[in-house]
Amino acid sequence: MKKAGQDIDSLLEKYPPHPHHLINLLQDVQALYGYISSDHLVLICDHAGVPLTQAWSITTFYKSFSLEPRGEHEVKVCLGTTCHLKGGTRIVEACERDLGIERGRTTEDSRFTLETVKCVGACAEAPVVMIDEDYLGRANLRSLKKRLQKL
Amino acid sequence: MDKLKSLEELESLRTSLLAAENPNRPVVRVCLGPGCLALGADKVSRAFKTAIKAKKLQAQVKPLIKETGCHGFCSQGTLISLAPADLFYVRVKPEDVKEIVETSLVKGQVLERLLYSDNGARYKSAAEIPFYRAQQKIILKNVGVIDPLNVEDALMAGAYRSLAKALTEMAPDEVIRTVEVSGLRGRGGGGFPTGFKWRRALDSARENPGPVYIIANGEEGDPGAFMDRAIMEGDPHAVIEGMCLGAYAMGANLGFLYVRHEYPIAIQHLTVALNQARSLGLLGQNILGTGFNFDLQINRGAGAYVCGEETAIIASLEGRVGEPVTRPPYPAQQGLWGRPTIINNVETWANVPHIINMGAPWYAGLGLPHSTGTKIFSLVGKVKNTGLVEVPMGISLGALIEEIGGGVPGQGRFKAVQTGGPSGGIIPYELKDIAPEALKPARVGLQPPDFIPTEKKELSVDFDSMAQTGSIMGGGGMIVMDDRDCVVDLARYFLGFLQEESCGKCLPCRLGLKGMLEFLTKFSQGQGAPEDIDALESLGRALVDGSLCGLGRSAPNAVLTSIRYFRDEYLAHIMDHKCPAGVCRDLITYRIAPEICNGCALCARTCPQLCITGKKKKPHAIESSACIRCGACMDVCPVNAVIVA
Repeated sequence: MKKAGQDIDSLLEKYPPHPHHLINLLQDVQALYGYISSDHLVLICDHAGVPLTQAWSITTFYKSFSLEPRGEHEVKVCLGTTCHLKGGTRIVEACERDLGIERGRTTEDSRFTLETVKCVGACAEAPVVMIDEDYLGRANLRSLKKRLQKL
Repeated sequence: MDKLKSLEELESLRTSLLAAENPNRPVVRVCLGPGCLALGADKVSRAFKTAIKAKKLQAQVKPLIKETGCHGFCSQGTLISLAPADLFYVRVKPEDVKEIVETSLVKGQVLERLLYSDNGARYKSAAEIPFYRAQQKIILKNVGVIDPLNVEDALMAGAYRSLAKALTEMAPDEVIRTVEVSGLRGRGGGGFPTGFKWRRALDSARENPGPVYIIANGEEGDPGAFMDRAIMEGDPHAVIEGMCLGAYAMGANLGFLYVRHEYPIAIQHLTVALNQARSLGLLGQNILGTGFNFDLQINRGAGAYVCGEETAIIASLEGRVGEPVTRPPYPAQQGLWGRPTIINNVETWANVPHIINMGAPWYAGLGLPHSTGTKIFSLVGKVKNTGLVEVPMGISLGALIEEIGGGVPGQGRFKAVQTGGPSGGIIPYELKDIAPEALKPARVGLQPPDFIPTEKKELSVDFDSMAQTGSIMGGGGMIVMDDRDCVVDLARYFLGFLQEESCGKCLPCRLGLKGMLEFLTKFSQGQGAPEDIDALESLGRALVDGSLCGLGRSAPNAVLTSIRYFRDEYLAHIMDHKCPAGVCRDLITYRIAPEICNGCALCARTCPQLCITGKKKKPHAIESSACIRCGACMDVCPVNAVIVA
């Protein structure tokens, strides 16, 4: 996850104070901090001029937002159609067992967050796992374990 | 670079760029498409740069490394092509790079072991390979050839020629007329005539003067489809040029590229391309000195499948939750901020420059009379050659899967094809030999208009023929299934997907999907009664009739088509408590074939239940009562001794 190199104020200043920019603001804060804290949510709403409920409904409707801090590394197992057919489910379950967390959760030491995604568009190499920004194609339990140990 | 102020300046820039090209300079094109990237193509590209630097070659012969978009033949990645020698190397690993540089780039020899070979034949050039031979690349022509981050490359390949032509030689109405006559239909899945949509927007804008907006739909949410990603990553200027043409035709000054956030590379390439176009005066104020103003901005999707629906995109752009609204009024009449808005899929936009450049009659001559042009498909699943293919509309399903796809890998047998993503259906492979008009239109999903006979003797892939089967062509995802894939499981997978993605606004979709999923979960556990299949069918029809938007109306397609064609497989689950394909977890058992097992004990160490036992170097066995059928043993077994029964 990126560390805060830029502060929230300069980020807010990038957009004119208008409700149209709510999603952009939330996306930028999500990208910068890895999640949207309740303090930041309030600041964003004040800037965009929308009630907190609206920002809440957006952050819970769209899947790319997280209201909780994320782990240092994100393991995203693809469960698109092709990955499903080629055993993606078995890979998620193996991750759940190995990391000791359910999908959508973060390990206690904040090292890993396990997510499932619906297609990363690399179907020809299914099953695919994304670890942070890197792709692992034709993944299996062995190659995934090796990759995770390298981190 | 200075802004170009006229058509002449653009053309003279292009001419001078082409003149400065040295046709003999070696070029290495490394595919950085999604598939190759998943296999480590970035490392191959880095290895080339290092190896070439270490060689200290003279400037004239120093090869140029181009990191390009998708070459298409993903199953053979990492792919590289060498020019001018016209060599095509497959399955390239970083450790092969030094040898490629030594042998092929320095000595000019062919490295036989990296050529593609099939059935004893070796192919030097990509054009000879059967996978490419049957394709007709128009939209993908530059993808995999040009460096998408280099605007000069795009200009040399002809980018913005059509825009210059339209701005200087054509009236806006003529652009719309050309698109109308070309017969272009929306590539996102709906197949709605693009020109008709544009005309409607223009009429609304005339009645009610004010701004018009245009949007590119890059929320490619259908799992199994990645053609829009390949276009945006590999030839971003084509999308921008198409949108400029649409903007000129409709008098729009502002447009939006709505790209899903799962595609960070596409967003990056489009951002770079937008800046390049602006600095060349191809976007912004007074484009090419013609007085036409148009600019584009990128909006990242925030992760919602329903935002592929056009009214949901508008909601999302307005900063709201992506819930669709009823149509009419259509976005072309009343869209973004209440103004006429044109939303076209990325691939549709990328078609427009070619239509303007080559003319409507040329385009209308491609494909079928009612499905013109070419279409990109992502051929994935249980097929030998997986990847992106562009073929004329109306190609037969059999040719697409067997000639281009190269048949089924290993011991399997083709069983079915899933087309159109979660909105599409599952059709048996045997349908390939049936003429489209011989199929009774299935009473499922979004109903096609009256079918116009195509004179095809076998099932062809185009908007109307696919609709005849009860499925849809959709965005072009084509997932091939063999006899080890279960249709009940796949239908359940799609319902699970759609139930999660349903926005929950209308009742039929919100509760109907949940109910349908309950039925299918029961079936996959070997429970239920045959009458439940009929109940499931009728619930599916209720969703088709009653849902608010396309998501709900097309959601039952996979279930309805699979019941129509594979009722026996449903009955096998319910009556015999068996999953013939060996997929549904509650109905299968794993066992180890003693004659194959070499006793390596990898499975025993991996088994989370610790229910695999055996002596070292002796065949192992699974204790069925403790087995949770997680399949981990099967995945780790080096000799494939774990079998499903």
